[in-house]
Amino acid sequence: MPKDGGIGASTKRREDIRFLTGNGNYTDDINLRGQAYVHFLRSDVAHGRLNKVDTSAAEAMPGVLRIFTGADFENVGGLPCGWQVTDRFGEVMQEPGHPVLARGKVRHVGDPIAAVVAETYAQARDAAEAIVLDIEELPAVVDMKKALEEDAPLVHDDLKSNLCYDWGFVEENKAAVNEAFEKAAHVTTLELINNRLVANPMEPRVAVGDFNRSTGDHTLYTTSQNPHVIRLLMGAFVLGIPEHKLRVVAPDVGGGFGSKIFHYAEEAFCTFAAKALNRPVKWTCSRSEAFMTDAHGRDHVTKIELALDAENNFTAIRTDTYANMGAYLSTFAPSVPTWLHGTLMAGNYRTPLIYVNVKAVFTNTVPVDAYRGAGRPEATFQLERVIDKAARELGVDPIALRRQNFITEFPYATPVAVEYDTGDYHATMDKLEEIADFKGFEARRKASAAKGKLRGLGINCYIEACGIAPSNLVGQLGARAGLYESATVRVNATGGLVVMTGSHSHGQGHETSFAQVVAEMIGIDANMIEIVHGDTANTPMGMGTYGSRSIAVGGSAMVRATEKIINKAKKIAAHLMEASEVDIELKDGRFSVAGTDKSVAWGDVTLAAYVPHNYPLADIEPGLEETAFYDPSNFTYPSGAYACEVELDPDTGKVTIERFSAADDFGNIINPMIVSGQVHGGIGQGIGQALLESCVYDENGQLQTGSYMDYAMPRADDVPFYQVDHSCQTPCTHNPLGVKGCGEAGAIGSPPAVVNAVIDALQRSGRNITHIDMPLSPSRVWQAMQG
Amino acid sequence: MYAFDIERPATIADAIAALGTEEAQALGGGQTLIPTLKQRLASPAKLVCLSAIKEMQGICTADDGALCIGGGTTHAAVAAGAGAYPALAALAAHIGDPAVRNRGTIGGSLANNDPSACYPAAVLGSGATVITSNRSIAADDYFQGMFTTALEDGEIITEVRFPVPEKASYQKFEQPASRFALVGVFVAKYAGSVRVAVTGASEEGVFRWAEAEAALSGNFAPEALEGLSLSGDGMISDLHGSGAYRAHLVGVMARRAVAAAH
Repeated sequence: MPKDGGIGASTKRREDIRFLTGNGNYTDDINLRGQAYVHFLRSDVAHGRLNKVDTSAAEAMPGVLRIFTGADFENVGGLPCGWQVTDRFGEVMQEPGHPVLARGKVRHVGDPIAAVVAETYAQARDAAEAIVLDIEELPAVVDMKKALEEDAPLVHDDLKSNLCYDWGFVEENKAAVNEAFEKAAHVTTLELINNRLVANPMEPRVAVGDFNRSTGDHTLYTTSQNPHVIRLLMGAFVLGIPEHKLRVVAPDVGGGFGSKIFHYAEEAFCTFAAKALNRPVKWTCSRSEAFMTDAHGRDHVTKIELALDAENNFTAIRTDTYANMGAYLSTFAPSVPTWLHGTLMAGNYRTPLIYVNVKAVFTNTVPVDAYRGAGRPEATFQLERVIDKAARELGVDPIALRRQNFITEFPYATPVAVEYDTGDYHATMDKLEEIADFKGFEARRKASAAKGKLRGLGINCYIEACGIAPSNLVGQLGARAGLYESATVRVNATGGLVVMTGSHSHGQGHETSFAQVVAEMIGIDANMIEIVHGDTANTPMGMGTYGSRSIAVGGSAMVRATEKIINKAKKIAAHLMEASEVDIELKDGRFSVAGTDKSVAWGDVTLAAYVPHNYPLADIEPGLEETAFYDPSNFTYPSGAYACEVELDPDTGKVTIERFSAADDFGNIINPMIVSGQVHGGIGQGIGQALLESCVYDENGQLQTGSYMDYAMPRADDVPFYQVDHSCQTPCTHNPLGVKGCGEAGAIGSPPAVVNAVIDALQRSGRNITHIDMPLSPSRVWQAMQG
Repeated sequence: MYAFDIERPATIADAIAALGTEEAQALGGGQTLIPTLKQRLASPAKLVCLSAIKEMQGICTADDGALCIGGGTTHAAVAAGAGAYPALAALAAHIGDPAVRNRGTIGGSLANNDPSACYPAAVLGSGATVITSNRSIAADDYFQGMFTTALEDGEIITEVRFPVPEKASYQKFEQPASRFALVGVFVAKYAGSVRVAVTGASEEGVFRWAEAEAALSGNFAPEALEGLSLSGDGMISDLHGSGAYRAHLVGVMARRAVAAAH
């Protein structure tokens, strides 16, 4: 391994120097000459008929350049949906239009009605207040089950109902699953809510549109996790701009957690308006605006049933889920409750029969889409909660019940269409028992009791599916995109490298860990390698970063491109040393001829590639630059076992997390420190969901939690020091690095551990409480304790 | 924000003069007013910033032993400088976060009288006197309901005088999102009397819990509160807790405050 950071080294993150010294280049740092500012006038009612938007007084206000309304976008496409789900009757989902600016109706609080572009932001905001709206308020649908009633108001008048789709998976298994339930020795049932969340990245969204009249080139600077996807969706489906005339730049991005995957109206607007006005147009989202415009996450209502035989083997699982889509289909919304959720319902267990039903519902709320984990946390939560409940009902140890049902042979084909390549669930559970110090729990419980506190221990397992793929399969499942990744490796004459990746880093540390991989492969200093991402003008077409895919898919593309570089470099080295190519070995940055003392340095070869005086010009081209696209043959399947220990104050209902332990199997690991950081962050978000966070609408569709005064984010003192371990490593069998991905694991694995721990604490105190819906706020816990 | 003028008077007299004009608004530490302005929920023509008035800042002890805190004194300054009244210093040390404590002032907090703010509990629980630019107001007369006080237009709080009790404690149960008091109880034991003030709970704002005061005056111990309870009627009920929950928490926090008083 190179001493300064190859694979396996906890190299400090090189990008942190600029982030921690205030030298990052975020989208809001980009200010173009002649830039104008846009303020969006947004609906303050959840559902209404837009009778008139009178902009005449506002247009006369100081500094106003132009006011746009829905009518200005009549010849422009709507925001596209990137995934089409086919329902259980073979019909495609109902797919409503999604205009850039509202036309005819407003459908959620925050729906943009008009866009005021002015010389300053304050002038735009002043003018927006002078726009006169005539909105006829209509009854709103907020509750999903009520939205499906016969006489419910329609969110979209041109659809036949508020049902997006009724999905069954695997539909052919339904009868067999029902039969298994009839034969079951025991059935455990649990109804639960997976609470709606707001992603809340530290950096709110920003978009700057620019247009060059002399060349016809458009540029959009935007806070995106996947600039090429935005270029394709916005260029091809919304504005009709060919890709060679549209550059999308996502520079430093301050967190996304899924919410910056999607193509948003404001991006299309700024690009469109920049051309219309021939001036750069900038939008910076306020935090208040983010609460009502960023796609929300989760929001499932589920009934899960688990059937067991007389020996406590799981025999079948049946689930019935309502999934909120919000008012419009966000870019990948339909895929989240279906292919990212149903396929994970086997979890870590040998359950032969599974049937998942999902009804996706339109409501007068902000669109809901992927949020860290996306479907997999929802699957894990219900499964691990119902298993815990079953263990309690059967009077068996929850760990033993899980172990008894673990999948132990790989590859393992689940009844929900996926094949796990590797894993060792007993190993992660063994590791968890060690790091969580289960043996010491009883003493800690007694110490808590002496203070008048209840203590509980909750555990759970999880399986995740990362690096969604392959493209031809996801295409059959309804994806309107490929799911490969790309990398171009450009070697400079003096030996340094630039890797241009289609992955995007918005906090994950790719600039460090990606460089470690290439450094390891060539045997050179990682500081000789620069990682470039985020600009469609200088990176190959890539699909970006989400679903814990970057190292598994983007890293693999980079490995393939680097392999091409090494193969070509070996040819050059063979020529320089007058040896046979098959005898050339590369080690520690030197090429040598096997069995001889002849060698040339990496830099000698790269120089020869660009100064090809002594060079096999007849056989190979000069230069050293290669591109690879990598399309995985399968998902990767990280897994793990988590434990949470809580203390509960019975007088107030307040829960504090005293210990949290995570034993994960991520396959091979590039940078253990970065992996630990990803797990820490994920657990923090999971604890946030379990104890604190909840996005609440009232019955009229008004957002009750529109600021941090009411939406509770986890703070540093809400979380404990974590015990994390990722020494259990079963490498992925189908990618060149043997890596599985780690970005979402913490957020997937932690909510059930927290809730299981709280229920455990209550049960140990003699209270027969079997479930409390998240977040387990003090008032909810106290209320449950009142019986 | 909408455009506004701003003045920074150096004396109380100049401040009062500046506040005499139409649509003028006093600005203390700005921890409520500035966010309100940014949300465009207020549009004063003129802000009169009080932070440059030296005679309104600082902490001293009066001849009768009362702790006198200038109306423009920040929470951080009280936390650091009110050692003579430890429960008050501790309360100030736990308001908001460091940024809030370094800007927010006692006078600003009391003039705003947020029903979930901490200081009103200390002032009412101590039987303090609010000194304004033209009079003295007893705490029992000062608080008149949520965001409502005895202050008249153009009147500013220049000082608050706290009689120092034998022992006291403030116990706050935080609302999980804002970390304002979901319920906060201030208990102070004086020679011959006990005062118990509750913030965060009531739709009427800060209030004294008379039954608890009576019980504790006879026996200043947590057990004295056993069996006492408040009704959830008239208590704030929202996303973070029902009226019944808040009423319950008042009892819990009161017992803890008595136990912790020193």
